[in-house]
Amino acid sequence: MQTITMKVNGVSTSCDVPDNTLLVSFLRETMGLTGTHIGCDTSQCGACVVHVNGKSTKSCTILAAQLEGAEVTTIEGIANGDELHPMQQAFHENHGLQCGFCTPGMVMSAIELVEKNKNLSEREIREGLEGNICRCTGYHNIVKSVQDAAGKMGG
Amino acid sequence: MYSTKYVKAKDIDDAATIMASAEDGKFLAGGMTLIPTLKQRLANPDCLVDLSACGLSAINDDGSSIRIGAMTRHVDVAESALVQKAIPAIADLAGHIGDRQVRNHGTIGGSLANNDPAACYPAALLALGGTVHTQNRSITAEDYFDGMFETTLEEGEIIREVSLPKPEKAAYVKFPNPASRYAMVGVFVAKFADGVRVAVTGAGEDGVFRASDLEAALDANFSADAIADGTVSADGLMSDIHASAEYRAHLIGEMTRRAVKACG
Repeated sequence: MQTITMKVNGVSTSCDVPDNTLLVSFLRETMGLTGTHIGCDTSQCGACVVHVNGKSTKSCTILAAQLEGAEVTTIEGIANGDELHPMQQAFHENHGLQCGFCTPGMVMSAIELVEKNKNLSEREIREGLEGNICRCTGYHNIVKSVQDAAGKMGG
Repeated sequence: MYSTKYVKAKDIDDAATIMASAEDGKFLAGGMTLIPTLKQRLANPDCLVDLSACGLSAINDDGSSIRIGAMTRHVDVAESALVQKAIPAIADLAGHIGDRQVRNHGTIGGSLANNDPAACYPAALLALGGTVHTQNRSITAEDYFDGMFETTLEEGEIIREVSLPKPEKAAYVKFPNPASRYAMVGVFVAKFADGVRVAVTGAGEDGVFRASDLEAALDANFSADAIADGTVSADGLMSDIHASAEYRAHLIGEMTRRAVKACG
């Protein structure tokens, strides 16, 4: 067992977990934060993307034990109370989702993408989201959403 | 995943000591290959020794080469102003490995220690004639790779940093598998004052290799026109569900032409 202390969505939390616990299991099962999804479980689909110290991270491909002292942000941690994050709002307004399963990962990847570069071309958005797979193939509106959000986030 | 013990090493000596006391331990770098391997129960180490706190992530320029710490993440190599200036081909290569999330965690040392036959960094190390520095010794690229997923690193040996000589010109071009993003063929072309070196990843049955025929052709004429169709033989190339050896041979020629053009 490992005693780990990390900040999840701004709240410091400490608990004992088996050494082989994946971050996604820790978030979903220990913390009850089920907004982070498990899609492929083979590091490809990106449904489980969260931010670890600001970096988009596939939470199925990292151990909770590696993150002692880290700051983790999940899809539950980006809205400001009832006010959606500009990226969430843009996905809502541009119908950037169909079934919605990939959406938490898409939103988290897209936020990091836009925070690093607010003047993204369509191609850069598509390349930047290559670690996220939408099985409904709804990419056009996802790209539109990210372009819209980039404008609102100061692009 | 089988149960295992996780330990974060304080420094490189600590990591070596912990590894020596484990029965069948594994070093954990970025984990982008190791964690998926563990999840599929393809490995069952009794101990994971995390190298992330060992202070191995500096990037330095020592004049004729750049030195990149083993635990430097791909994203940090891609975004390094020093690397972009000294060997832009390396920044470009690092910026196109896997996807963003892989680049946020995967490391140069992890990639080279794993020596996946379709990984990008092995081609860079071999084409640039780089050197792998461990806690004990320095290993030249020629002596480092030892077949698919094999290197001459010894039990418990840890990569400290990698030095890459600066070429006059260099470029890396790959044909990524559309699903996995691994290179079906990747070609690194490096032009030095004393000759051209070409290394190919993703294609060889024994992993990364130097393409001497292509080197000779480019030594004589450093131009995409120097690589005629059929220059590359399919002998010794992989055939799998993604591509036949003949198709890979064709891709090597085409990726080489594109790399030479990208050298400008």
